[in-house]
Amino acid sequence: MKALVWHGKEDIRCDTVTDPEIQDPRDAIIKVTSCAICGSDLHLFHNFIPGMLPGDIMGHETMGEVVEVGSGVNGKLKKGDRVVVPFTIICGECDQCKRGNFSVCETTNRKRHLADKVFGHATAGLFGYTHLTGGYPGGQAEYLRVPFADATHIKVPAGIPDEQLLFLSDIFPTGWQAAAQCDIEPTDTVAIWGCGPVGQMAIRSAILLGANQVIAIDCLPERLSMAEAGGATTINFETESVVERLQELTDGKGPEKCIDCVGMESHVMPSLPDTLLDRAKQMVMAESDRPHVLREMIYVCRPGGIISVPGVYSGLSDMLPMGAFMNKGLTMRTGQTHVNRWTDDLLRRIEEGEIDPSFVITHTVALAQGPEMYQVFRDKRDSCVKVVLKP
Amino acid sequence: MFHFSNIVRTKGDPKILEGGPSLKQPADQLARALGWFSIGLGVVELFAPRRVTRTLGMEGHETLVRAFGVREIMAGIMTLSVEKNAGLWARVGGDGLDAAALLSGLTADNPKKGNIALALLMVGGIAVLDYRAAQDTKPRRPSRDARRKLYPNRSGFPKGIESARTAARQIAAHAKTGVETNEVKQGDERRVP
Ligand SMILES: NC(=O)c1ccc[n+]([C@@H]2O[C@H](COP(=O)([O-])OP(=O)(O)OC[C@H]3O[C@@H](n4cnc5c(N)ncnc54)[C@H](O)[C@@H]3O)[C@@H](O)[C@H]2O)c1
Ligand SMILES: [Zn+2]
Ligand SMILES: [Zn+2]
Repeated sequence: MKALVWHGKEDIRCDTVTDPEIQDPRDAIIKVTSCAICGSDLHLFHNFIPGMLPGDIMGHETMGEVVEVGSGVNGKLKKGDRVVVPFTIICGECDQCKRGNFSVCETTNRKRHLADKVFGHATAGLFGYTHLTGGYPGGQAEYLRVPFADATHIKVPAGIPDEQLLFLSDIFPTGWQAAAQCDIEPTDTVAIWGCGPVGQMAIRSAILLGANQVIAIDCLPERLSMAEAGGATTINFETESVVERLQELTDGKGPEKCIDCVGMESHVMPSLPDTLLDRAKQMVMAESDRPHVLREMIYVCRPGGIISVPGVYSGLSDMLPMGAFMNKGLTMRTGQTHVNRWTDDLLRRIEEGEIDPSFVITHTVALAQGPEMYQVFRDKRDSCVKVVLKP
Repeated sequence: MFHFSNIVRTKGDPKILEGGPSLKQPADQLARALGWFSIGLGVVELFAPRRVTRTLGMEGHETLVRAFGVREIMAGIMTLSVEKNAGLWARVGGDGLDAAALLSGLTADNPKKGNIALALLMVGGIAVLDYRAAQDTKPRRPSRDARRKLYPNRSGFPKGIESARTAARQIAAHAKTGVETNEVKQGDERRVP
């Protein structure tokens, strides 16, 4: 089959690889009908997250049709079922899965000895996402083996196009969880850093969860226009002072809730000197992340407020203002998304026409054009916001 | 002890049968070579400055050579990173500094002026490569005033944004009057009391 394969920094190729096979009774094989490139894939493209091997198959936003099931799937899935595959592989049985903390499932990371050492405790297995999370082949491919398939799936009905359902795999629940863990109250201002696909979903989620005011921050006019269309007031951090504008928009109080949809690769520019220093440190491996957004959020958040971090950080961040964080009594909530915790509710919202996540798609191309689209998405060329690939 | 080199692919996972084309350009390979060259030269300048000054008949300038070594290493690291273009331009600038320093040593009474001329030639050649690689690896991010498509109609709310806001307000009002919402089902146990 064809698959997008990681060969090293900025080197993803569309290779021909062997077809996946059932390896365990709980496996299923999916014929992929649509998959997408995620901002997290860019961190891997840049080799900023350790633990990739040349030859790893990329991709964790995938949907398709079940073509084969193992003997242990026990009727939970059958041939011909239409499924979206959550990016977090879950067993459905462990203590964490029972609590709904699916992204920290205690069973599915098959390389837990690595992750235990790096993070203290292993987290769930993820598709197409470094050997620290199991090194499972990803879904930017024609076929995907889904381990623990009896639990790791979202069944979706016929009659709704792929484009509306695909993002149940990751960015829609990710934006939703980011907003949900803010415990939004009707009087709240929610400030959202980053208007990439995750930020866009977080904006819509904050509106649906009843925020009084949603403020979105980015520097790309096309993404800011999309944020505005979704109900946000926007700030362009290249031309305006984020802190000053946020203070103005909240009568000097600061936003009650702050969401980081940027992560470890915050934009580097001379007017933000901390980003230059972080970048230099990253190059000599003295720091792994550029936490500019975390610093800004802690500084500007209203005391007593909540900071929600769906943006991915990989290792060590320097100079976080813990003094402000502690004295202001802030709360921080983070995590890879517990996808299946939210998807029943979100699927219902899509079916009822409350939201249509396909608004974010700007490019739909064949899988073979994937390597090129990594570059287009990374460089923000052609007003690209979200790429869908068709195998 | 944990080491990333211990990672191996799990048996049974798909293997490459036939590699597809790489989008890496010759300029990317050249940048890589220049990056390593920069680090190599930098290490020599930093740790063996006397060898450099003796060869050039410029004894007494070891500190300058050491500083140049640090500069070469930094530019090299940058050239090997995602910001290779910035690294290459840093190298072009560095080539200018190298040439200036060499010219300052090209005096009539320097017995090693032949070596200096040779070194100047080399710096010139490398500078051409640096410049070409920098030209060919220009970032392809559109400039700030490039023409862009805007998306003012992509609200994502098929029933309109006002309807989304109203629905949210109604749910909040219900929640206040004590009606259970589906939030309980979500299993999020951290709701503020
Ligand atoms: N927690 C999860 O489960 C999960 C799931 C998916 C994605 N993610 C992460 O979410 C983040 C965003 O993903 P995406 O797909 O939207 O990526 P993206 O790269 O398309 O979007 C990031 C956006 O942030 C903007 N940005 C950069 N620096 C900024 C700054 N200082 N202030 C404000 N905006 C800034 C960029 O211009 C860009 O538009 C990534 O880190 C990704 O890894 C996390
Ligand atoms: Zn993702
Ligand atoms: Zn589990």
